[in-house]
Amino acid sequence: MSRQDNNSLLIKGGHLIDPAAKINAPMDILLRDGRVAEIAPPKKVRGGCDEKFDARGLIVSPGFIDLHVHLREPGQSYKETIATGTAAAAAGGFTSVCTMPNTVPVVDTDAWVTWLRRPERGAVVNVFPVAAATRASRGHSLTDFAALQRAGAAAVTDDGKPILDDEIMLAALRLGAELNLPIVQHAEDTHLTEHCSMHGGPTSFRLGLRGMPTAAEAAIVDRDISFAQQIRESRLHVAHLSTSDALKAVRRGKRARARVTCEVTPHHFTLLDSDVGEYDTNCKMNPPLRSASDREAILVALADGTIDAIATDHAPHAAHEKQVEFERAAFGITGLETALALAITKLHHEHKIPLMRLVELLTAGPARVFDLRSRGSLQRGNFADVTIFDPKKRWTFEVSKSRSLSRNTPFDGWQFTGKVAATIVGGKIVYRAD
Amino acid sequence: MLAPSNSPARGSLLDIEHLEDKEILSLLQLARRMNPLKPRPLLRNKRIILLFYEPSTRTRSSFEIAAKSLGAITTLVQSSGSSIEKGESLLDTGYTLRAVGADAIVIRHPSAGAPHLMAKHLDIPVINAGDGMHEHPSQALLDAFTILEHKKSLKGLQVAIIGDIVHSRVARSACHLLTRFGIKITLCGPQEFVPEVAATLAPGLRITRHLEEAVRGADVVMLLRVQKERLAGQKIALQDYIAHYQMTAARLHLAKRDAIVMHPGPIIRGLELTSEVADSPQSAIMDEVSNGVPVRMAILARALGRAK
Ligand SMILES: [Zn+2]
Repeated sequence: MSRQDNNSLLIKGGHLIDPAAKINAPMDILLRDGRVAEIAPPKKVRGGCDEKFDARGLIVSPGFIDLHVHLREPGQSYKETIATGTAAAAAGGFTSVCTMPNTVPVVDTDAWVTWLRRPERGAVVNVFPVAAATRASRGHSLTDFAALQRAGAAAVTDDGKPILDDEIMLAALRLGAELNLPIVQHAEDTHLTEHCSMHGGPTSFRLGLRGMPTAAEAAIVDRDISFAQQIRESRLHVAHLSTSDALKAVRRGKRARARVTCEVTPHHFTLLDSDVGEYDTNCKMNPPLRSASDREAILVALADGTIDAIATDHAPHAAHEKQVEFERAAFGITGLETALALAITKLHHEHKIPLMRLVELLTAGPARVFDLRSRGSLQRGNFADVTIFDPKKRWTFEVSKSRSLSRNTPFDGWQFTGKVAATIVGGKIVYRAD
Repeated sequence: MLAPSNSPARGSLLDIEHLEDKEILSLLQLARRMNPLKPRPLLRNKRIILLFYEPSTRTRSSFEIAAKSLGAITTLVQSSGSSIEKGESLLDTGYTLRAVGADAIVIRHPSAGAPHLMAKHLDIPVINAGDGMHEHPSQALLDAFTILEHKKSLKGLQVAIIGDIVHSRVARSACHLLTRFGIKITLCGPQEFVPEVAATLAPGLRITRHLEEAVRGADVVMLLRVQKERLAGQKIALQDYIAHYQMTAARLHLAKRDAIVMHPGPIIRGLELTSEVADSPQSAIMDEVSNGVPVRMAILARALGRAK
C-alpha cells in the first residue's frame, strides 16, 4: 500500500492468468501509483512507463494471498519476525499474508493489531492481522470484534487452539455475522487428542506414538457448520482442513448455502503420516499429516472447488524446539517458500489440476474468504500486487538459503518444477529470482 | 566435534524393525557363547553409560551385570539428581556424556524415538533399553533366546501375546522379531488394548478377542503386565479383564502340552496370571530374566566391536 511512489511498471510479454476476471491469455499490464492502470493484449498498452519487466515465457498472476501464517511477532522473534517472514513470503510469491494471533502476548486488542501493521515492523508484503476471537485465546470471553476490525483485523480466531465451548462459538458467529467478520476455526476436539503427536494409524502404532483420530477434526467442523446454518449471515472459515470426513461436512454446509469456507496446506496435499518415518520432527504439525485416503479426498476437493484456498500454515520454530524427542517437539513447519512449487509440482504436473484453478486457490479464492477488497484479481484500479512465475522451471529448494529465520521444513533438497520469478507489491518489485 | 551424522554409529541397537535377520541370528549365536559366570574382558576399560529416564529393575541391572561381566566400566545416570532434572535437553545430555568419555550409551526413555534422536547426533553406539511405547529390542532378543532354549526352532511355532498390546514396547519388538522367523502370532485382548490397527505392525499377525482361541494349540503364551491405572483410563473393569483374559491353569491346558509361559515382568499375580501359572513348570519367566544377561553381553560386545 505504498502511495508515495509515482513510478510505473509495465509487465510485458507474459501470459496472464486471472481467474476472477476469467482471463487466461497473453496480456501486458501497466501498473501505476500502486494500482493496476491498464491491461491489454501484447503491445497494446497505451500508457507510458518508467520501468519494464520482461515476462516472456512466464505466467503473470494476481499476487498470492496466504490466509494462514505465523510470523511470531510479538514475542517470539527468535523464530521469525514480520520482516523475515514477509521476506520469505515475497520469495514464495505471496503479496499478502494473514498473521495468526497466537503470539506472546496474544493479539487480542486493537492496539496489537495496529502494532502489527506499523511500518517499523519492516513488512515487505501486505500484512493482514487475524486477531484472537477470545481474550488471550483462552476460550472464555469474546474479544472486542468491532474494535479489532476497525484496527484492521481481517478475521478472528483462536488458532493453535479450537474454540470448543458451544456458547462461545455461537456468540462469536453471531457477532461475526453482525460485523461481516469471518470466524476462523482450528478444528480439533482436544479431548480426543490429548498427548497425541501425530495422526492415528499404522505409522503411529508402529512408532508407539499416540495418534489423533480424524474424528477430532470432523466433529468440530460438523458442529460449527450446524451452528453457521443456524445463524444467518455468519461466516465460518475452517483453517488447515486435513481429513476426508471434515471435507464431507464442508460439502454439506456449502450445499445448504451456509457461508462456510476452508483452506488446505501444501503439506497436507503432498505428504502422508507415513512420512514421519523414524520420528522426523519436520513432519510433526497440527493438524497432522494424514492417511492416503484423506490426501486423496483433499486432491479431489482441490480440483472440484470445495476447497477455497491454499494456505501455508507457515509455522517457524528454532532448531532447539525441533531437535528433541518427537512427543516434545513443537508442531509446525515453514511453508511460504515452497507453497507454489508444491502446488505446481504436485497439483498441476502430477494431478493435472489446471493452472487457472491453482491460481484461483492462491488469489481470488483467499481474497473472497477474508473479503480482501481490490485484491486477488488484476482488474483495472485494483492494488498492483502481482506474482510472476515460471511453471516449467526446475529447481532444488535449499533450506540454507531460506529467508525465514527458521529451518524447520521437510522439503529441504526437494526438486521442484515451478518457481517464482518476481513478486510485486503495490507496484514495486519486492522479490526477483536471480 | 559432533556433526550430525544422521546415520547411527555402528553397533547401535535402536529397534528390531530395522535390524537385519542375519544380525539377529548372529546376536543370538553370540549370546550362546556368553556366560556371566565366566567373565571375558572383551570390553576392558570401555565406559558404558546407563542413561535411565525411567525406573527399571531388571533391564538396568541386567545391562549393568552384562557390561561388568565383559570388563567394562559402567556409570548409571538417572533423570533425578542429574542436570536432566534442571531441564537439560536429551541431546545436550548425550553430548555431555560423550565428552566425559562414554564409549556407548544404553538408554531407557519414556518418549518413543528418544534413542533414535540421540543416535542421529552422536558418533558412539546407542542401545535402546526401552523407549516409550515403541520398542524394547533387547527384550525381544532374550525372548527369542529363551524360546530357542525350549524349542528346536522358531519356524512354525504359534505364539499368543495377551494383554495390553497398544501400550507395550515389548509386544512391538516381539512381533517384529518373531514374525520374521516364521512364527504365527495371535494378539489377544479387549479392543482398548488390541485395536485393529495392531495387525498392521507385521505380516501375518492375527487378532482375537477370545483368549481360548489365542491359546488353543499355542507353543508359547506371552503375557503382558496390566497396569491398573491404564485400565481405569480405558474404562475397563478390572474384574472383567480377569474374567476374560487372566491366564489360569485351566486355560493354559488349551495350549500345547509342552507350551511355555513368558512374561517380560514385573508380573502381577492374580491379575494377568495366577500364581499357579507363574510358578508352574511351564513358566519360563525366570529363564527370561537370567537369559537377559548373556543376550545383553552379546549386544554390548557387538556395540563396541568385540563380537567374538
Ligand atoms: Zn491451527
